[in-house]
Amino acid sequence: MSAVIEEHHEHHDHKPTGIGRWLFSTNHKDIGTMYLWFSFLMFFVGGAMALVIRAELFEPGLQLVEPEFFNQMTTLHGLIMVFGVIMPAFVGLANWQVPMMIGAPDMALPRMNNWSFWLLPGAFGILIASLIMSMMGMGSAPNFGWTFYAPLSTTYGPASTDYFIFSVHIMGISSIMGAINIIATIMNLRAPGMTYMKMPIFVWTWFITAYLLIAVMPVLAGVVTMMLTDRNFGTSFFNAAGGGDPVLFQHVFWFFGHPEVYIMILPAFGVVSQIVPTFARKKIFGYSSMVYATASIAFLSFIVWAHHMFTTGMPVAGELYFMYATMLIAIPTGVKVFNWVSTMWRGSMTFETPMLFAIGFIFLFTIGGFTGLMMCIAPADFQYHDTYFIVAHFHYVLATGAAFSIMGAVYFWIPKWTGNMYNETLGKWHFWLTTIGGNMVFFPMHFVGLAGMPRRIPDYSLQFAEFNALATVGAFIFGFSQLIFLYNVIKTTRGGEKATEKVWEGADGLEWTLPSPAPFHSFTTPPQVR
Amino acid sequence: MTSQPNQNPGNARVISRLMIIVFGMFGFGFAMVPLYDVFCDITGINGKTNDQAVQAVSRQIDESRNIEVEFIASLNADMPWAFYPLQKKVTVHPGQPMRINYVAKNLTDKAIIGHAVPSVAPGRAATYFEKTECFCFTEQKLEAGEEKEMPVIFVVDPELPEDVNQLALSYTFFIKPGSEAQTLAQN
Ligand code: HEM
Ligand SMILES: [Cu+2]
Repeated sequence: MSAVIEEHHEHHDHKPTGIGRWLFSTNHKDIGTMYLWFSFLMFFVGGAMALVIRAELFEPGLQLVEPEFFNQMTTLHGLIMVFGVIMPAFVGLANWQVPMMIGAPDMALPRMNNWSFWLLPGAFGILIASLIMSMMGMGSAPNFGWTFYAPLSTTYGPASTDYFIFSVHIMGISSIMGAINIIATIMNLRAPGMTYMKMPIFVWTWFITAYLLIAVMPVLAGVVTMMLTDRNFGTSFFNAAGGGDPVLFQHVFWFFGHPEVYIMILPAFGVVSQIVPTFARKKIFGYSSMVYATASIAFLSFIVWAHHMFTTGMPVAGELYFMYATMLIAIPTGVKVFNWVSTMWRGSMTFETPMLFAIGFIFLFTIGGFTGLMMCIAPADFQYHDTYFIVAHFHYVLATGAAFSIMGAVYFWIPKWTGNMYNETLGKWHFWLTTIGGNMVFFPMHFVGLAGMPRRIPDYSLQFAEFNALATVGAFIFGFSQLIFLYNVIKTTRGGEKATEKVWEGADGLEWTLPSPAPFHSFTTPPQVR
Repeated sequence: MTSQPNQNPGNARVISRLMIIVFGMFGFGFAMVPLYDVFCDITGINGKTNDQAVQAVSRQIDESRNIEVEFIASLNADMPWAFYPLQKKVTVHPGQPMRINYVAKNLTDKAIIGHAVPSVAPGRAATYFEKTECFCFTEQKLEAGEEKEMPVIFVVDPELPEDVNQLALSYTFFIKPGSEAQTLAQN
């Protein structure tokens, strides 16, 4: 009898090999790895575009690229960073971590998991193909900004807009499938005793994020479908000539768009809530308030969308409503920041790379939150809107916020993933160069924005020259220091000091009870959670 | 089947419930289109004024107030017409019906169908501005080179907020998408 079980077990732990292992993978770890590498690749693609933008803006005047190409760069940079870097990276982290953290053997729907991933390279292949064709002189890639406002993207959109629409549809399907999978896993595969209020915060934030995805990705699919029919089938959703209204586009888009920005930050909150207690060697302060704050942020994110549209001529009542509703979001967000700080308070802290990124996140994300509060004051936003101030705001919350948390998460969990410790010295270099570069590029944008420099324009007037030159230098530091990260990650996957099971002295949670590297199937027998 | 974990019967239920949300929200995106229109109609946001005739009701004329109404005409890009109001502005009492005229001329040698979209400023006065007759209620077709005088009859509701004593009525003429091709095909 025991021999039979033994053999069955053998068979179970057998890894498929070769390219088939990846193409047909239904394993949460392999799929998580693919998501993370895909995101990493896109990070360099989107980053290269950012450097083209910054190089052009190094000094006033037009020097490197045509304005038309500049527009394609800003558009694709935004689309790739949002849909190709931040979102897939978080899905990759969820794939790796959620089953391990709740004591499950794998994701609930492994085959759907394979589909969710493999749709992505297709979607981005289409998008990037339109850029390659544009560079070969065949038409233009999407050039209307990542927000693709009508009529820029309908009446005036280049032919490649239809490819863009198709690509967004595919990304949407991929995200929805990924979200369904995460919800099914969390609802059905928790280990005995793992009640909802015992789940790690990272799992909680992803649970709520997955619901946000399911609620708003279909709205995004809807808005691009309306664009498609406006462009090709004679409807006039956004065309005033046929009785439509371009402002309607903005409403539908931002009804998706604002929850989308929280889709990109809630998992980051989750990551930071795992890292901070580990290196402060204390339990997280205010666990349940963290959960409720996350849920209320998610709820509020549905009712504030028009703070992106203060200058569209809303009536005063609308301006006031959206202004106050947006301010409300600062409360649960403040609760979170307070809890992180309180967790560190009187902790015995050490500052390994993941902790540095987490603390960097708390500082810099909070700066972004403050500028958010400035912009949600409707009368003030008339000055800020569509200037570099907005660019500064969302890069503080996304680049030094969401992206910082992802980098921290990689350093935090890579010993568990690979069984090897990363190089701490290189990690610290990466952190400091990224932080210095990041602040150099994004902080001056506040000033030029306040002084009125418009966003998405390849040229600017002379008085903005110094700050822009500084930002460009910062951007190159930021960009090239990511090569240290790449090198460190590759080196860690190849070998290095062996990691223990627990990896970090203060580590707490089911994933740290598994051997490092984590076995191909996480918990074949469910652990008991007290 | 190596990596298929024990199939949980709960999965099918979770998937089907979530798919209901997915389709529901896809539908909601489209539902925002009529909702938005209704919302703007009710509140007059966007300076949205009636695009169908209101029944003319005779009202008390409030001779104590003078409202200055300005007329503006603009053309959407690609619209090869000339378009202007015959009067630049008029002064009316609230409740007093008024008739004015706009002129449109087709500058091409093809028949073209156009559609005028009205708007009233300030936006919060839009719901108090009632048109009983307007060329914007229907599509307008101008033959090659044709010139046409087009009347608007309107009345300002005496309920108009006290502090508003200037209004602007503006029209933008849009070419009906595909109308050139259509008329060409008919010829
Ligand atoms: C305290 C929280 C926040 C507040 C009050 C806030 C407020 C705002 C406001 C009012 C705008 C519109 C400004 C304008 O266009 O004139 C804006 C833009 C933006 N916010 Fe935030 N925000 C907050 C947090 C976040 C977070 C957490 C993220 C993402 C992780 C984010 C991402 C963005 C993005 C991407 C834009 C620009 C969209 C565009 O026009 O391209 N914000 N924010
Ligand atoms: Cu927003």
